[in-house]
Amino acid sequence: MKQVKNKQQDQKVEVAKGKEGKSLILKVAGFREVGIIGFLVILVTIISLRNPVFLSFDNIYDIGLDTAILAIVAVGQMMVIITGGFDISVGSGIGLAGMISALILMRNWEISPFVAILIGIAIGGLLGSINGLLVVKGKIPPVITTLGTMSIFRGLTFIICFKFNQGNWVGAHKLSVPFKDFARGTFLKIPNLILITIIVYIVFYYFLNHTITGRQIYAVGSNINSAKAVGINTDKVTFLVYLLTGMLVGMAGVLWVSRYTSAQSDSGAGFEFITITAVILGGVSIFGGSGSIIGVLFGSVLIGVINNSLNIIRISPFWKLAINGFIILMAVIMDRIISNKRDEALLSRRRI
Amino acid sequence: MAEDMNEKNEKILELKNITKEFPGVVALKGVDFDLRYGEVHTLVGENGAGKSTLVKIIAGIYPQTSGDIIYEGGSVSWHNPLESIKRGIAAIYQEPTIFPDFNVAENIFMGHQSYNKVSRKINWRYLYKKTNTLMGGLVANIKPRDNIRGLSMAERQLVEIAKALSLNAKILIMDEPTSALSVSESRELFSIIQDLKKKGTSIIFISHRLEDIFNVADRVTVLRDGNCIGTKSMENISKDEVIQMMVGREVKNLFPKLEVKQGNELLRVEGMSRKGSFKDVDFCLNEGEILGFYGLVGSGRTEVAKAIFGLEPANRGKIFIKGKEVRITNPNMAIELGIGYVPENRDEEGLILDMSITSNITLPILEKFSKFGWLDNKAERKTAEEYSEMLDVKASNLEQNVLSLSGGNKQKVSLAKWLASEAKILLFDEPTKGIDIGAKAAIHKFISELVSKGFGILMISSELPEILGMSDNILVMHVGLIRGYYKRSEATQEKILASAISDNEIDSSNKVRY
Amino acid sequence: MVDRYSKVFSIRSFFMKWEWLLVLIFIVFNIVIINITPQYVNVKSIFDATSIFLEKGMIALIMAFIIISKNIDLSVASIMALSSVTMAVVYQSGVNMWVSFLIGLSVGTLCGFINGIIITKLGFPSIIVTLANYSFYRGIAYVILGDQAVGGFTKKFSYLGQGYIGNSVVPFSLALFICLAIIAGLILHKTKFGRMIYAIGWNRNTCFASGIPVKKIELLLFTLSGFISGLAGMFITSRIANTRPNIATGFELEIITIVILGGVLVSGGVGNMTGVMLSLTLIGTIRYGLGLHNVPGQVMLLVTGGLLIISILMNNVMKRFLTFKRLKG
Repeated sequence: MKQVKNKQQDQKVEVAKGKEGKSLILKVAGFREVGIIGFLVILVTIISLRNPVFLSFDNIYDIGLDTAILAIVAVGQMMVIITGGFDISVGSGIGLAGMISALILMRNWEISPFVAILIGIAIGGLLGSINGLLVVKGKIPPVITTLGTMSIFRGLTFIICFKFNQGNWVGAHKLSVPFKDFARGTFLKIPNLILITIIVYIVFYYFLNHTITGRQIYAVGSNINSAKAVGINTDKVTFLVYLLTGMLVGMAGVLWVSRYTSAQSDSGAGFEFITITAVILGGVSIFGGSGSIIGVLFGSVLIGVINNSLNIIRISPFWKLAINGFIILMAVIMDRIISNKRDEALLSRRRI
Repeated sequence: MAEDMNEKNEKILELKNITKEFPGVVALKGVDFDLRYGEVHTLVGENGAGKSTLVKIIAGIYPQTSGDIIYEGGSVSWHNPLESIKRGIAAIYQEPTIFPDFNVAENIFMGHQSYNKVSRKINWRYLYKKTNTLMGGLVANIKPRDNIRGLSMAERQLVEIAKALSLNAKILIMDEPTSALSVSESRELFSIIQDLKKKGTSIIFISHRLEDIFNVADRVTVLRDGNCIGTKSMENISKDEVIQMMVGREVKNLFPKLEVKQGNELLRVEGMSRKGSFKDVDFCLNEGEILGFYGLVGSGRTEVAKAIFGLEPANRGKIFIKGKEVRITNPNMAIELGIGYVPENRDEEGLILDMSITSNITLPILEKFSKFGWLDNKAERKTAEEYSEMLDVKASNLEQNVLSLSGGNKQKVSLAKWLASEAKILLFDEPTKGIDIGAKAAIHKFISELVSKGFGILMISSELPEILGMSDNILVMHVGLIRGYYKRSEATQEKILASAISDNEIDSSNKVRY
Repeated sequence: MVDRYSKVFSIRSFFMKWEWLLVLIFIVFNIVIINITPQYVNVKSIFDATSIFLEKGMIALIMAFIIISKNIDLSVASIMALSSVTMAVVYQSGVNMWVSFLIGLSVGTLCGFINGIIITKLGFPSIIVTLANYSFYRGIAYVILGDQAVGGFTKKFSYLGQGYIGNSVVPFSLALFICLAIIAGLILHKTKFGRMIYAIGWNRNTCFASGIPVKKIELLLFTLSGFISGLAGMFITSRIANTRPNIATGFELEIITIVILGGVLVSGGVGNMTGVMLSLTLIGTIRYGLGLHNVPGQVMLLVTGGLLIISILMNNVMKRFLTFKRLKG
């Protein structure tokens, strides 16, 4: 919570007295983070009033597990969006990394879940590097690159499944028990998935806010020309972002298989949009350069809550996609309105 | 500090016989320049004199065509700006390059933060403390954590200075630092410069404002047309002498001006203002008249033209075309009223480089060649041919891309397009910028011919000889306001320059009356 | 008067064109595939195969305009689905077939118009707006129809996607498509509108400063895109005699691939209808050939994704070649 407050202060934009003596104070105070938390609180209150089951331990547990994987991938998506792109291949990446890992696990029951995750990270890292190379060296716009790799990864998932498993999905009976139980298991009373998510967030929080490379990611997104001018290797930074995202996607892929105890050729389909929604809800600007990881955590939780509440209050799940798209639109529009207002205030400060 | 005494007249930087050529124009011709340790050395000259070019060479943005640079006693040549930064040369340009999403401290230190080698953690405490020290030495109320978006241009400039200082710059180059500052802000800047001087930083300061120069400089170097006119110590020079050096040249008769009788009023502007650009602009333009707009960079002239053309419409004020009040909110309306705008930046706003000469010429008037949408290519070519002949565009094939043309010919195409649209009022922004002498004369000839046919031309120019040689009347603008109005007969270079650089309003009897 | 229009014609410049590369690949592919697929050369089956591909083809026509103007529309397939689903639901509730058809078309047009308004009035990059609407419009389709399917349209309606011209083997949709393609080609290359599209793609600023109504044109483009997507939605519904919210999934990928493979640069200002037609034919042929070998959909998806990336990489090579030519010439 303390971090959130500090960020709020950082976001305060104070416009001091103009020449005419009028003072304008424009506080674009941590609008987004305050907004999300507020919205979350209101939503939770309303839902639990409608149906008290919402706040039951089991339900919260479910929300947590559902959200964990989303939250992990959202970190990667956040970095991509900060540098000014979008990664719409994450869903297919989850499917492919999951399928490859599952096929390996299927034949090697002795692999521990921990090692399995490492395998996933490696595979995902490879996929991410492909994206990175195409964007940096191939100079293909990120959305189009990931549009292409989205299909390539998905197609590969199918082919691999076909070739190595006669087209059958990897079912629960093919996976070792420790692995299947992993997603539901606990370590020192904390659910594994949530533990992993927390570790990821701690690591990336530190990386993005306290290391030079992390800050360079923001710099590249904020003003790529200024970044080059101060000597930042923008190609290296951009590639790194896609590599890291790939690694997170790979991890998520393995966790997905464990959670749903199967690897299917359409696992993760459509997931990319949910991650984009979570990131945008978390206050990351679609134009890049700004956004906090804490916001993304809350954004993911909010999505988890929204999805869960749709079930609880019996709204058809078919609203999910529409709501996602709508949220993205609204966030994008609000973003523009806020920055317009801010620019107006700054312009009127000029002498004329 | 005994060492300082010894180094007082030692040169930290020396430029010998620097020449810089760009395609079509020679920006610097054998310029000598030197900078002493701990001095403030100002570079002055009109627009296009070569000041920015010279400092960009010093900063390593591009190399000189010939000549030597000697820095700290040794010969150097930079391959990119980072090399000069590493050696302690920091430059601040008019547009600060900042990271809009970061706070002040990160803007200063991005690219060279101090960090713990083991944990890789950025040493924030050091960053903020150093920022406080740096900024505290500059200005009181900016905190390291302030978001840079909320800072004014002046404050951002101070952040840039702090950035330069954090790099332990030995030479600080400031290109027109006061152009966006008020008088009081400029004074604060001067005291900061004095502090820097005391600490041993050497400063190159480009400015147009004579007050600036006399306030802060030790020596002044005057450039004109790419030549170094002279370097003088501030102790024994007067304002008039400086102006004389800046403009002193015979106004060569490059400017064939025909005697044209002025006709009816074509364009009149009353009380036009646009937030952040210009205020209370009034003037009128008659048939057969060339109205010159003089002013320095940032004076608002281009914005006035764009407002009349509907590209960046005014917030307040009235426009009258041929006596009738009109509202112009987009370029289409302006074109229909017979207004044409030849932009300063012809590559980016005036032409489509990758399209043919023909297509460029017919761009604003496509409806004239379309029957129910279908384009009559033959008619297009005929028109393009007609106007390229008229303006003597030198191209072997009108279907070739405009990109392949020389600067002068590109400008002719840019003009041809408005002649083809039968505009009667031309807003000409820097008609001969970046064009060689021969083409310059040709364009001036056309301008004269046009007004003899009843055109009215508003000519924005930063070249004094051009303004004086071509205009019937001259309007001088400074930071968005009209500061002077001179008839051809009474205008002199000194008067115009004085209006353009002074903060005080000139004798109000000179204000335009219509 | 010097003849300033003698075109510099050389054998080299005529053949150094993207389109010939496509023709080459087409020929090579055909040679290979004919040898391994006995049933390939069957006139009726070829014609039938085209009708499957034409929904994408229609949209590729307008997508070419959009990409040439340096924009993009990722929501086209979602608009197809939404128009189709709306039409079906309206029809199911008892409304006349043709009125339903018109309603479907209107929905598509409206979706395109909304895209256009947000892009031009609010000034957002088209990639972001259409990316958001890609999920939003599809989402509404799901809301409307859930996981059901609707079928049972009238015979007249099924003529759209299944009918033939007279007694020939030529499907109605092919005939219509050819007309649309010819019109699109003429508009792009011979009209004022087409000229402005190219100009906007090359240099938007100069267009503004030359009085070109850039925003109006872009609004029109996106509205048109919505209309054509809606029309394509009607065609596909008619052809498969059925609709569900997930029809046309992944189409936008293929359509954009077709256009880019056709030599239209994402950087704007470059491209022609001939190239797009060749590319359409090529990809359609590949699909047909692979289809005869029962290659599953996901593999086609892979091939398309790969083609997209390869075509952009080739685009970049071509751009560098063009730049090289620029500096030399």
